[in-house]
Amino acid sequence: MERIIRTALELGFAYAPVALSLFLSYRILDIADLTTDGCFVLGAAVSVRMAAAGHPVLGMLLAIPAGALCGLVSAELQTRFGIPSILAGIITNTGLYSINLMVMGWRSNINLIREDSIFSLFRKMIPGNYSDLVLLAAIPVMIALFLSYFMHTRLGLSIRATGDNPVMVRASSIDTSSMIRTGLMLSGIMTAVSGAAVGQFQKTTDINSGTGVVVIGLACLIMGETVLGRRSVRKGIAGAFLGSVIYRFIYAFVFYTQLVPVQCLKLLTAFIVAVSIAVPHVREQRIQPRPAQKEEEGNDA
Amino acid sequence: MLEIINISKTFLPGTVNERKALDNVSFRMESGEFITIIGSNGAGKSTLLSAIAGAFPTDSGKVILDGEDISSMPEYKRSRSIGRLFQDPLSGTAPGLTIEENMALVYLQGKKTGNFFSRIGKEEREMFRERLRPLDLGLEDRLEQPVGLLSGGQRQALTLLLATLYPPKLLMLDEHTAALDPGSAERIMTLTKDIVRENRISCLMVTHNMRQALDAGSRTLIMNAGKIVADISGDERAGMDVGKLTDLFRNAAGSEYANDRMILSS
Repeated sequence: MERIIRTALELGFAYAPVALSLFLSYRILDIADLTTDGCFVLGAAVSVRMAAAGHPVLGMLLAIPAGALCGLVSAELQTRFGIPSILAGIITNTGLYSINLMVMGWRSNINLIREDSIFSLFRKMIPGNYSDLVLLAAIPVMIALFLSYFMHTRLGLSIRATGDNPVMVRASSIDTSSMIRTGLMLSGIMTAVSGAAVGQFQKTTDINSGTGVVVIGLACLIMGETVLGRRSVRKGIAGAFLGSVIYRFIYAFVFYTQLVPVQCLKLLTAFIVAVSIAVPHVREQRIQPRPAQKEEEGNDA
Repeated sequence: MLEIINISKTFLPGTVNERKALDNVSFRMESGEFITIIGSNGAGKSTLLSAIAGAFPTDSGKVILDGEDISSMPEYKRSRSIGRLFQDPLSGTAPGLTIEENMALVYLQGKKTGNFFSRIGKEEREMFRERLRPLDLGLEDRLEQPVGLLSGGQRQALTLLLATLYPPKLLMLDEHTAALDPGSAERIMTLTKDIVRENRISCLMVTHNMRQALDAGSRTLIMNAGKIVADISGDERAGMDVGKLTDLFRNAAGSEYANDRMILSS
């Protein structure tokens, strides 16, 4: 039991930066950026390849510029070349498939066998069952702390306002294109770092390991919002973090109880995301006839 | 101070919907001047303001602000010296950000010192309260609330404050009170006049309201079919009332006539 909880927490923390990344791109900038899947694999590929070559720490660090580059390409396609954001993400993603294969040395997977990872190095410093968990938690915690500080800085406020009212932002002599660029680069960095951590943690990376990561990330984001609400930026950040952990607990629950075949979990995830995004919209459309109904009820009473 | 030289703009050129919105418009505006602009729908008033703000490239002509040719400067750079308010009271503020964050955004952006990572502190928060107090809307006690919760009039007042937090060289008002209820409209207009006078901001105001066009400012332009057809100031304007202006408007606009809204709202 303890092992199940630990595993759920580990995966929750490992994937939490993806939910935080989507919080920034989808919630703050209001852009459905689908670069996530490919960007996640790129982070993992860079990190595992470097670890296999004996540089696990450098691998983690290199995931940062790799992720930034993904975000930059997607942002440039949108702002400079007028490609709709969803298509820009898909285009970037498609191109990344070849890039990822190239990074992995034209193989579809790489494994770490005897080579050190940041986790094995950390275990030497702090031994014990919870060593991995501590390191895995440290990454999203640092990112979340940075984000909640950053969102109130001049740059952070400008990025938030860009997603909220771009007309106002331009009127305040801020270039919205460069805000989208900055936001998507930050978002790419978070996704790639998550991929890098997951890759070294699982000692393997596969060209298809990113499939569905964006939808799972959105599910985490929405679950967190359902629990904590969407009022403030800090709550949003905490929600993304929490949602990521909740998702992995649900995953573990399904996995061990076999309530739903594990193979069907992606279908379940897709369902959760579709329903949770649809509900507010459907509710909004139903608002019109309601007051009349209420009045009738009032009269009856 | 502001010089507009032969500006032209045709929308959708070469199509059946081709429309000449600005036709060789030229005028000069002195520093500190307050000009009101009237004209029927489609006369080119808003297009003129958009051309000055740089919302789209003009086909020909120059915009010169304080001796600097800004014709090819992008909109976001021009907005450093040009403030603008629109008819839609929701357009000038970010609804998801709090009052304080909206003010912080504009304040930090315009501040000479500081960098991308600067934040506001206690002092600035107090300064925001001081600036909000004269609006007399109680906003100084609601700094933490999202702007989306405010009424149209409150948001337009906040927009006016944001646009003049650092007094711009030129303030352009595009029917900025037209979408508000009469009470709020009057309050915003009074605020506008006070702020413009105190900071000696040059101001261009488009209005549909003949009364407003005469009450505010010291000079009135009448536009029709993309041209400035009358330029009234000095004694001529001093002796003018709404009736005379309406007559003048009818004559200046040729066979065109003032639309109902202009006559009714005068």
